[in-house]
Amino acid sequence: MKATLRILQKDLLIEWRARSRTVALLSFAYTILLLFAFAIGPDAAALRQHAGAYLWLGLLLSSTLLLDRTMRIEFEAGAMSKLMLVPVPATGLFYGKALANLFQLCVVGAFSIPLVFVVCDAELVESIGWLLATLFLGAAGLAAPGTLYSAMIARLSGKQLLLPLMLFPLVVPVMVAAVKATSLAMLGDPMNQIESWLTLLVCFNLVYWSLCGVLFGRVVEA
Amino acid sequence: MKSNWEIGVGILGLVMLIWAHYTGLFVAPPEAMMGDVGRILYAHVPTAWIGLLTYLVSFIAAVGAIWTGKWAWDAMVEASVEVGLLLNVLLLIQGSLWAKPTWGVYWTWDPRLTTCAIMVVAFGVVLTLRRQIEDPMRRLTLSSIATIIAFVNVPIVYLSVKWWRTLHQPYSSPDTVDGTMVTPLRVAAFGMLFLATGFVVRRWRQVSKKLAIEVQAPDLPEASPPLQVEDAE
Repeated sequence: MKATLRILQKDLLIEWRARSRTVALLSFAYTILLLFAFAIGPDAAALRQHAGAYLWLGLLLSSTLLLDRTMRIEFEAGAMSKLMLVPVPATGLFYGKALANLFQLCVVGAFSIPLVFVVCDAELVESIGWLLATLFLGAAGLAAPGTLYSAMIARLSGKQLLLPLMLFPLVVPVMVAAVKATSLAMLGDPMNQIESWLTLLVCFNLVYWSLCGVLFGRVVEA
Repeated sequence: MKSNWEIGVGILGLVMLIWAHYTGLFVAPPEAMMGDVGRILYAHVPTAWIGLLTYLVSFIAAVGAIWTGKWAWDAMVEASVEVGLLLNVLLLIQGSLWAKPTWGVYWTWDPRLTTCAIMVVAFGVVLTLRRQIEDPMRRLTLSSIATIIAFVNVPIVYLSVKWWRTLHQPYSSPDTVDGTMVTPLRVAAFGMLFLATGFVVRRWRQVSKKLAIEVQAPDLPEASPPLQVEDAE
C-alpha cells in the first residue's frame, strides 16, 4: 500500500513537472473532438445524438499517448532496475502506475466533457453524478489493462502500433458500456438502464484490476 | 522410432468431414425455415465449436507456460493460437455467407459475430507479439499473458455486445433437430476435432524443434569494429 502511494506520488510529480506534455495531451483530445464534429458536419441533432461516442473515442485515442509514456519513463536511464533493487513490490508498482494513469485520464475526461457540451450542443438530462461515475469507471477500465500492456511492450520495436492493437479489442466492453451510459445520461434514461451499464463497467474493472495486478509481476520479471 | 500419429488423425478427420458433408448436402432433409441454405450448419457449427475449443487449449497452454516456464507449453500456445485463428477466420467467412441469404446482410452487429471479429484481433496480436520478441523466455511470458487476457475477455465482450444488440438465433438442441441432421453434424464436429488436433500437434512439433534450436544456439559474437582501410598511396 505504501509502495503504491509512493509510486502514485512519484508519477504525478513527474507529470506535474512536465506539464507541457499534459497540455499537449489535452490539446490532442480537443483536436480529436473537433475532427469528429467536422467529420459529421453541421447536423446539430446528429452531433447531440453521438456526443457520448465522441467523448469516449477522444479519451481512448488520448489514452494510447498517455499509456505509452507511463512505462517508457521507467526504462529510460535504467530507472526500472533501480526500482526493483529498492525493492518496490511489482503489485505496488502496478497499482501506483495504474492509479496515476486513472487520475490523468479523469483529468483529460473532465477537460473534454465541457468541450463536448459546447461543440456538440449536448445537454445533460440525468444527474451529473451518473456522468462522473461513468467517467471514473470507464477511465479505470482503460487504465488497468493499458498499464499492463504498456509494460509488456515498453522495450519492443513497433510499440506505437502494438499498444492500440492490443488495447482496443480488449476494451470493447468498456467502450460499449461507457458510451451507452454517457449517452443515456445526456439524452435521458426513461428505462433506468444506466445502472446496468455501470454494473458491467464495475465487473470489467474488478476482473482486470485484479488479473493485471497478478500478472504484472511476471511482466516485470521478463 | 519417429511417431507421426497426428497425420493419421488428421486424415481420419478429413475423411469424416467428407462423409458428413456428403450426408449433410445430399441425404439429410433441408432445414425447415431456411431450406437448403441451412445446410451450411454442417460446416459452420463444427468450426465454431472446435475454434473455441482450440482457444481453450491455448489458454490452458498459456497458464501452463507461465506456471512452469517449459518450452513445450510455449510451443503449444503458438500452435493452438495459429489453428484457432485459422478456424476463427473461417467461421467469420462462413457466418457472413450464411447471413446474406437469411438476414439479408453479410454483416450485422450480432453478439456472436462481433465477438468472433474481436477474437481475431485479440488472438492475432498474440502472434504479432511473438514475432516482435527475440528473447525466448520473454516471449514465453509476454505472449502467455496476452493469451490469458484475450481468452478471459471473450465472455465479457460477448455479454456487452449482447446487451448492446442481439439478432442471432437461439441455440438448437438435438431434441429440436431431425435425427438425420444430428448424425452428420456430430460426425462433422468430431471430424473437425481430429483435423484440428492433427494440425495443432504437427505445428506443436515444428515450433518445439524451432524453440529447441533457438534456446540451445550460442549467442552471436560481438560485432567486430569496422575495418580501417588506409588510403592507397
